[in-house]
Amino acid sequence: MADSAPTDILEMRGITKTFPGVKALQDVNLTVRRGEIHAICGENGAGKSTLMKVLSGVYPYGSYEGDIVLDGETAQFGTINDSEARGVVIIHQELALVPYLSIAENIFLGNERRRAGGGIDWNRTNAEAAALLQRVGLNEQPTTPISALGVGKQQLVEIAKAISKDVRLLILDEPTAALNDTDSEHLLGLLRQFKGQGITSIMISHKLAEIAEIADRTTIIRDGRSIETFDMATAGESSEAVQNRIIRGMVGRDLDNRYPDRESHPGEEVLRIEDWTVYHPTQPGRVVVDKANLTVRAGEVVGIAGLMGAGRTELAMSLFGRSYGRDISGRAYLHGKEVDVHSVPAAIRSGIAYVSEDRKQYGLNLIEDIRRNISAAGLGKLTRNGFVDENEELKVAEEYRDSMNIRTPNVLVEVGKLSGGNQQKVVLSKWLYTAPEVLILDEPTRGIDVGAKYEIYTIINELVAAGKAVLVISSELPELLGICDRIYTLAFGRITGEVDVPSATQEGLMALMTQETQEATA
Amino acid sequence: MTGIANLRELITRNVRTSGIFIAFVLIVLLFSVLTDGLLLSSRNLTSLVLQFSYILILAIGMVIIIIGGHIDLSVGSVVALTGAVAAVVVIRNGMPWWVGVLAALGTGLLVGAWQGFWVAYVGIPAFIVTLAGMLLFRGLTLEVLNNVSLSPFPSEYTSIASGFFNGLLGGYGYDAFTLVIFAVAVLGFAYNAWRNRRARIAYNQTVEAPVLFVLKLVVVAVVVMWFAWNLATYRGLPAVLIILAVLIMVYTLVTKHSVFGRHVYAIGGNLAAAQLSGVRVKRVNFWMFVNMGFLASVAGVVFSARSSAAQPAAGNMFELDAIAACFIGGAAVTGGIGTVTGAMVGGLIMAVMSNGMQLMGVDQSTQQVVKGIVLLLAVAFDVWNKRRAAAAR
Repeated sequence: MADSAPTDILEMRGITKTFPGVKALQDVNLTVRRGEIHAICGENGAGKSTLMKVLSGVYPYGSYEGDIVLDGETAQFGTINDSEARGVVIIHQELALVPYLSIAENIFLGNERRRAGGGIDWNRTNAEAAALLQRVGLNEQPTTPISALGVGKQQLVEIAKAISKDVRLLILDEPTAALNDTDSEHLLGLLRQFKGQGITSIMISHKLAEIAEIADRTTIIRDGRSIETFDMATAGESSEAVQNRIIRGMVGRDLDNRYPDRESHPGEEVLRIEDWTVYHPTQPGRVVVDKANLTVRAGEVVGIAGLMGAGRTELAMSLFGRSYGRDISGRAYLHGKEVDVHSVPAAIRSGIAYVSEDRKQYGLNLIEDIRRNISAAGLGKLTRNGFVDENEELKVAEEYRDSMNIRTPNVLVEVGKLSGGNQQKVVLSKWLYTAPEVLILDEPTRGIDVGAKYEIYTIINELVAAGKAVLVISSELPELLGICDRIYTLAFGRITGEVDVPSATQEGLMALMTQETQEATA
Repeated sequence: MTGIANLRELITRNVRTSGIFIAFVLIVLLFSVLTDGLLLSSRNLTSLVLQFSYILILAIGMVIIIIGGHIDLSVGSVVALTGAVAAVVVIRNGMPWWVGVLAALGTGLLVGAWQGFWVAYVGIPAFIVTLAGMLLFRGLTLEVLNNVSLSPFPSEYTSIASGFFNGLLGGYGYDAFTLVIFAVAVLGFAYNAWRNRRARIAYNQTVEAPVLFVLKLVVVAVVVMWFAWNLATYRGLPAVLIILAVLIMVYTLVTKHSVFGRHVYAIGGNLAAAQLSGVRVKRVNFWMFVNMGFLASVAGVVFSARSSAAQPAAGNMFELDAIAACFIGGAAVTGGIGTVTGAMVGGLIMAVMSNGMQLMGVDQSTQQVVKGIVLLLAVAFDVWNKRRAAAAR
């Protein structure tokens, strides 16, 4: 290393990134020293991935404010290719490999080794790939197709691909989220080895134990701002203490009174699931939900807290007519009687409703009007001899427009033209019209503004006041603490705790949510 | 609101649906000028109906398939196969004409169930299934016919397509029955439009000014009665027009007001959302194709009756005309959008263009070029319109 090189390989100064209506990043500062492993921690939606996309040129220069200084020079990346040319390579959480191409073809995709004539030099391709595979410790033939590899090995191929580009700053977004313990350990060992070779790494992870073990320094991002950066060596005596330090930083936000008051009068048990187990739909043998047990009582709001990939949505969707996963086992009971939830119509008939986390993808027909979206799930109630009673349908839609306060000139407006909050009220109306016993709300306030959030909370309160059972999945711990009676924590597919809200704290929940084994605390 | 502003709003508000009608009127005017009025002669109007009815029948089924987000490339071959089955039953085996019709319809239902099974329950894309069907059913047609044409059909059979109702109520140089039927249809249309308008007013929705509303009805009435007069002074009411009218009415009702229709739109609009709303997607997809098979067999009967023969090459390229009719009529390539009425107007645009160019003596090659360009422009308009709508969001 030349002595003249600055000690900081990267400095991001005052980064602000705005999306229409949302400030995703606000005046974020990040300094990374040459040759270190730098962890970035924060809750879902805090802005970690956005920051990394700014750094790697996914969001080009000009679309954000602030400076990126790389090796002492200001960098202005217009595309990912620009940043890769400077040795900055990002590995996304969702692997970007082509399943039907070979390992070697994937490694050199877009960067092919050519012969003089322009054709691909297969000997060179495979030979160089073999050398790279050896460096990352992957014992496979370069000609093996990607689809024949497990996730752990695929992750290693991604890393081989990164180092093929002469990487100096490697960014890993949740690299171990999908890996088992052995694969994770191998990957972390690899990062340490790279560190010895002078490669700097930035790692985003929810696995705090891992960060405590491997990172040199950690930066905390909260609500789109950089809160602090601290040295791991001085953060705490034990791994436990370091993790607590990180958790405090991640959740330490001001709590305003953003939640309507409600008196809690839980009644009899409505929903109970026992030993609910779900496997990944395409990766055989990967358990996504592992023997989950939970109950929800009438007039009770129960929360499910868990980080990305913990299996929250997978649990809800598998319960709702097996809409996710395979080899689902376990039993579901409503009012103590086992119910059939093998298909969506059966689940609806049993009295379960599921409001999905992505309303545009899974909740609404955006090119259809409000009226027909509201009637979509309960159309059977409006049907006579196979034909829809359209007068009645209009009346129903009107009623929900009034009771849910959907702001629109009339119910014949296309749903795609409504704001996020109003769209969410349409989805809720659709499910309320099926007269469910249990409502599962997956991220019910994602992407909607504060005022509409309050309205959604009020609707939830009205539902439980009417004796419904409500199960809420949310990434926002303050939200769960604000509206729930009880919270289950989910980590890596297992329910790791059950907490009564009056005695719950964000720190306590976060500790349960990042707990990798079933024993210990609670 | 002034009358002019109202008219402009009426046009711009629904460019997607009214644009197609305007285009149709312009094309009719263009070709009647180019053909010195020959296009709109009594004789030509009658032959227009006879010549293109089977494309319209196919387009009814096709638009439902397209709304559901699929495509059917096999209908031309199915037309040939069902016609061939009818010919074998009636001509070769000497059975009564209605046995032939039933055999053809039964064949169509089986074909539809076959393709529906692969699309819905095995999950193979409709493009592949029906491409295979196109080859498969053409091959079966040759098989059934032993590679030769069968003709002629008995007159009872051919009158399905080329028969006329004439003289049932008398008339001097014109057929009163035809006029009465059309007059009833116009009155029914006017009553329905009035009822819709009343409902919209009751629900505080914008409606066009009363003058404009009456004007619209008058224009429709004049055009339709003028068309009826032309039919009445030539050979009377074609039987096939009645078949077509019944199908259009039934399927408009089904697509607009039935649960099945709703589910088709829901599947095409957002498959995942439909599934999570409890729509039995597989079952709906299956019946969509069964229905297409049925309508293709109706078209097969009409076509074989019109040509009084079953030929190995019958129905060649019909699928493309039917698909083009749907897209010109405003159906969206991505599914979820389209109407039976739109597809019918789209089909008529294709029909008038083909017929007009035939009358002008334009050669086959130029005709194909023009039709290709019109299809391209229609879909380009659809894409542009969608982008505009997305930008306005």
